[in-house]
Amino acid sequence: MIAFVLQRLIQSIAIVIAMSIIVFVGVTVVGNPVDMLISPEVSQADRERIIRSFGLDLPIHQQYFVFALSVLRGEFGQSFVFGESAIKLIVQRMPATLELATTALLISIIIGLPLGVRAGLKPDSIASRLTMSFSILGFSLPTFWIGIMLMMLFAVVLGWLPATGRGPTVLFLGVEVSFLTWDGLRHLILPATTLALLKVSLVIRLARAGTLEVVHQDYIRTARAKGLKNDRIVFVHVLKNIMIPIVTIIGLEFGQLIAFSIVTETIFSWPGMGKLIVDSIRMLDRPIIVAYLMIIVVLITGINFIVDIIYAILDPRIRHEATK
Amino acid sequence: MTQSPPRSIAGTIPSAGSVAPSPDAPGGGGFPRWRNPAKNRLVRAYFQSPVAAISLVILVIIVFLATFAPWIAPTNPYDLGTVTVVNSRLPPGATARIGDTVFLLGSDGAGRDLLSAILYGLRTSIIVAAASTGIAVLIGLWVGLLAAYVGGRTDAALMRLVDLQLSFPTMLVALMLLAILGNGLDKIIAALVIVQWAYFARTARAAALVEREKEYMEAARGLYLGHGRMIFRHLMPNSIAPLIVVATIQAAHAVSLEATLSFLGLGLPPTEPSLGLLIANGFNYVFSLHWWISLFPGLALLLTIVVMNLAGDRLRDLLNPRLRK
Repeated sequence: MIAFVLQRLIQSIAIVIAMSIIVFVGVTVVGNPVDMLISPEVSQADRERIIRSFGLDLPIHQQYFVFALSVLRGEFGQSFVFGESAIKLIVQRMPATLELATTALLISIIIGLPLGVRAGLKPDSIASRLTMSFSILGFSLPTFWIGIMLMMLFAVVLGWLPATGRGPTVLFLGVEVSFLTWDGLRHLILPATTLALLKVSLVIRLARAGTLEVVHQDYIRTARAKGLKNDRIVFVHVLKNIMIPIVTIIGLEFGQLIAFSIVTETIFSWPGMGKLIVDSIRMLDRPIIVAYLMIIVVLITGINFIVDIIYAILDPRIRHEATK
Repeated sequence: MTQSPPRSIAGTIPSAGSVAPSPDAPGGGGFPRWRNPAKNRLVRAYFQSPVAAISLVILVIIVFLATFAPWIAPTNPYDLGTVTVVNSRLPPGATARIGDTVFLLGSDGAGRDLLSAILYGLRTSIIVAAASTGIAVLIGLWVGLLAAYVGGRTDAALMRLVDLQLSFPTMLVALMLLAILGNGLDKIIAALVIVQWAYFARTARAAALVEREKEYMEAARGLYLGHGRMIFRHLMPNSIAPLIVVATIQAAHAVSLEATLSFLGLGLPPTEPSLGLLIANGFNYVFSLHWWISLFPGLALLLTIVVMNLAGDRLRDLLNPRLRK
């Protein structure tokens, strides 16, 4: 197991390094680093001083090392718009995004898992067919549009839920969260549901495919033969075995939820890092863009790493094969 | 979910390689003979699902309307000479305040006829999807075949690159590219090519790896055919089927991504027709309940994506014998 963890850790670090090179090349070679680091109002003398202090007069590989060092120290410069440290601004907004994405993930599992398992147990029933048709629809829904539609219906026409913002937050384990207050929860429902719709169909399909495969296995037949109750078979034997692929793929999709929280946050004015990055791209606030990209790279690589490890714990075959 | 297709069809394509064309057939002349009957059977099987058949018909209609939008649309919504803000936010079915145009689906915040704007927007969607997916298929097919054919280090290096790319969400990669490149039709197509090619490379490689081991390839090797001929005449035609499925689904994804990115203001500039931009315009009027401005373009977008996905889903069922019950 340790060998497996180490191997994956080295791989993850390699990915982060590779992506940092890509981001670096993107913003330095394709974009203009001088604009990226220096706000346009600065005088010519200051400009040259800053260019030297950032090492932009150095050859490209040395520049990369300067860049990598500053990334390691978490220094991405000051935001042009906010005049604060870019990394600080993003880290401040990270809990809001993570809360949104996690809630969306939970909603999609709570809705998708029962529907999918049901569709897998009775593949020919009308309810199952409807579920599968719905899943193609859900798969196709453009997140931003369905968000607007939900907002119009539930917030504007019916007035049941607030349309924008995050509502009051409370400190929970040192992190600002909104799901612990009633008003905060009300603010969370619409954006989280919008985001969850993106993944409900995936959970349904995975659960259905898994169930279809598992119910024909010998151990299920054995369980039936020894007279186990149907509930026990479904909740223990089927569920346990279909969870492996679901956990893996859903874990990997968490990155996509964070990506699409950009859309949801923009629509519902949710004060997370997704809204920040869209505003920053529009205003060409480059330090924030670079910081966001590097944080996302680390975040997603981290998620993939953790998912790999969980997968290996759930399914011992994986780690044996990988380290052989 | 779908009725299982008649026995033979789904197995036909993947196993077709075993019915190899005799390698010494007189110098080429189109594709091997066995291919056409298989294709016909595939087409027939496809239409046995009513949902899939209707989807394809709708898709063809959408593509037709989009292609000929400038001639079909009642007005030119991007002609600054005729569009006037005076006619903005008219409800569906209203007559223009200036002029005699009837706005069947209403007008948007800039006074554009929504129906026309939707048709123009669909045109952009189709162009973006076709161009980006088409180019990505070509690149992916090339890379995938090369990786499978050459193998060894080339294969390992190329697949590392594919894995690296696929471990990041397409939406984020596209966003990152557009943040660097800026916006515009060419830029968004470029960004969508870059986020898609890896899917095709992986699929093409997987298919080619299976085909490479088949007897007809061995026969071709035995005849010392040139590498080019081996790859393009033998490996490629037999590895292309799974790519069609992925391409259909990816094209739907490209339509969705273009609209999303344009909605965010990062895709197309506001002067270009785009469903995403139309919905963004409608979003400004959500609180004043001008619902039609965001509803209708969204429905058009949704319909386009749904029929593409349904068609792709049917093709996958037919081409993948493993999913056949």
